[in-house]
Amino acid sequence: MNPPTAGATAAPTSRTPMIAAAGLTKSFPSDDGDDFVAVKGIDLVVPAGEAFGFLGPNGAGKSTTMRMIACVSPRTGGSLSILGQDPSIDGVAIRSRLGVVPQQDNLDEDLTVRENLYIYGRYFGLSRKQCWSKADELLEFAQLTEKAKAKVAALSGGMKRRLTIARSLVNDPDLLLLDEPTTGLDPQARHVLWDRLFRLKQAGVTLVLTTHYMDEAEQLCDRLVVMDGGVIAAEGSPAALIAQYSTREVVELRFVPGTQRSVLPVVEQIVERIEVLPDRLLLYTDTGEQTLESVVAAGVRPVSALVRRSTLEDVFLHLTGRSLVDG
Amino acid sequence: MSAPTGRSTEHAESQAVPAVAHATTPSGWRARATVWEYLVLTWRPYFFSGLASAVIAPLLYLLALGYGMGSLIEARGTAALGGVRYVEFIGPALLCAAALQTGFGESSWALFGRFKWHRTLWGITSTPVTPAQAAEGHVLFIATRVAVSSVLYYLVLLVFGAAGGGAGVLMLPVAVLTALSCAVWVMALSATIDDDGPGAFNLAMRFGIIPMTLFSASFFPITQLPWAMRWVAFLSPLWHGNELARGAAIGGLPGWQAAGHLVFLVALSITGFVVMRRRFDVRLVV
Repeated sequence: MNPPTAGATAAPTSRTPMIAAAGLTKSFPSDDGDDFVAVKGIDLVVPAGEAFGFLGPNGAGKSTTMRMIACVSPRTGGSLSILGQDPSIDGVAIRSRLGVVPQQDNLDEDLTVRENLYIYGRYFGLSRKQCWSKADELLEFAQLTEKAKAKVAALSGGMKRRLTIARSLVNDPDLLLLDEPTTGLDPQARHVLWDRLFRLKQAGVTLVLTTHYMDEAEQLCDRLVVMDGGVIAAEGSPAALIAQYSTREVVELRFVPGTQRSVLPVVEQIVERIEVLPDRLLLYTDTGEQTLESVVAAGVRPVSALVRRSTLEDVFLHLTGRSLVDG
Repeated sequence: MSAPTGRSTEHAESQAVPAVAHATTPSGWRARATVWEYLVLTWRPYFFSGLASAVIAPLLYLLALGYGMGSLIEARGTAALGGVRYVEFIGPALLCAAALQTGFGESSWALFGRFKWHRTLWGITSTPVTPAQAAEGHVLFIATRVAVSSVLYYLVLLVFGAAGGGAGVLMLPVAVLTALSCAVWVMALSATIDDDGPGAFNLAMRFGIIPMTLFSASFFPITQLPWAMRWVAFLSPLWHGNELARGAAIGGLPGWQAAGHLVFLVALSITGFVVMRRRFDVRLVV
C-alpha cells in the first residue's frame, strides 16, 4: 500500500484512536428464546489516518459491527469508543463527525442528484448556502456534475454509489465508514470508486470499510481483520497476513469437476498444503514453477494449470476452510 | 468540524476532544425543521398537480352531492339539517374528510416507502438527526400538507357559499387536528409493518377511513343513524371533527360539547404520537 504523502497531508498526530473496542458484543433476541450473537466480543483499535478493513463472508458480523461504530445500533456488551466518545452517551455528537456509506443506497430517488447532497448537508446543521456550494464541490469530486439536475432514479448503479459516497463527505467527516462500497458494481465502476477512495485516504481521512472482495481489501487497506462467525480470525496488513497464513505462490490445477481428488495421493507427496475446490486443487508452495514441473513429471495431467501469487483469498481459505465469495 | 470547504486533514490534529465543542450538531428544533424541509423538497414536483386535485375534487363533490343530491333532499325540507342548505351541511364535513384522506396518504404509502423501499429514513438517522426528530419532522410536514390543501378546500367552499361565517375559518385548525389524530396512528403502523404494506393499508382504508367517512354524520345527521350504529360515530375521530367544523361554520354547538370533541381529538393525537415515536425508535435503532 502506498504510504500517505508528506507535508500537509501527513498522518495526523493525535493519539486518541478513531475507534477503540474491547469485548464488543452484539446479540439479537430471537423467537426460540436463545439470543443470536452476531458479534462475539471483538477487540479493535483504529488510529487516525488509517485505512482499515473488515474482510469476511456474508453473515460474518461485519455490517453489525459497522452499525455499532456508526452509532445507530447499541452494543449489548463490551466497551466501544468512537472519536474518544461513548456512542451510547454521545451518539449525536459522534454522528455529526462521521460519514456513512451504507450497504444499500438510501438516496431519495425523487430528488435530483444535487438536492440529495444539499438536504444531507442540512441534517448536519450547515446553512443553505454552505449546502449548495458543498453540493457542487462534491458533484465534481464524484464526477457527477453533468448529472446534477437528473433525478437519482435515472442514475446507473455505479453513479448512485458514487453519489452515496459524495453524500457521506458533506460534513467533512473525521471518520468515513463504508459498508461493502463496491458490491454489485461492474469492474470499471469499481475502479473509479477505488480511485476516489484512494484520494480521500491520501487526504488523511480515516477509512473503515467492509468487503468480501479480497482485491478491494488489498487495494485500499493498510490493515485489516478477517472476520468469520462474529469473531476476528486474524489481523494484520494484507502482506503480513499473506506471509503469516499462506505461502509465497500458489499452483492452481484445474480438472473436470469431480475428478480432482484422484490425483491427491500424488500431489500430497510434493507439497505440504493443498486446498480442494470443486473443480480445482490449490497447491501452496514458495516455488510455483518448480512445483508445477514436479507435478507434471509425476504424471498429473490437469485440464489447465497456472502459477500465481498468494492473495487474501488464500489466507481466508486457510483460516476458515471456506472460500470468501462462494462460501 | 472545520468549515465545510476545509480540507479534511486540517482538523485531524484537533480531533482528540475539542472538535466536539464546535461540531455542527443542529439543535432539536433545527433538526426537526431539516426533516420538514426534506419532505417539502420531495413534495415540490407534485405541488401544482396536487393543488389542481385539491381544488377539482371539492368542486366535483359540491356539484354532485351539494347541488345534485341536495336538490332532492331539500325538497323534503331542511329541518333535519338544522335549517341550512344541504351544501352548507356537508361543506365542513367534506373539508374534514379530505383532510383525513390527505393525512392518510402522507402517513401510509409515502412514509412506508421511506422505511421499506427507499430506506431514506436510515440515511437521515445516520446523521445527528435522531429517529424521534425524524418522526416529529414528519408530523410537522403532514400538518403543513393538510393545512395547505384545507385552505384550498376552504376557498372553494367560500365560492359555493358553504364555508359559513367568519368563524368558519376555524374549520382549518379543526381539519388539521382531525387529520393528525389519525395520521399519527397510521404513521405508527407504517413504522411497524415490514412486508405487507399494501395489505395493511388497504385494510385501514376499507375498515377505517371509508366507514369513518360514511358513518360520521358527514352526509346526514347522526340522528338518522339507529342507536346501535351511533357508537361507530362516537368512536370516529372524523365525527368529532365534523361536529367541531360544523359548529364553527354553522354554529349551534354548545361549548361543553365542543370541549368534549376537542379533548377526544387531542387525546387521540397525543397517544398516537407517543406510540408512533416509539415505533420509529424500535424500527431504526436495531
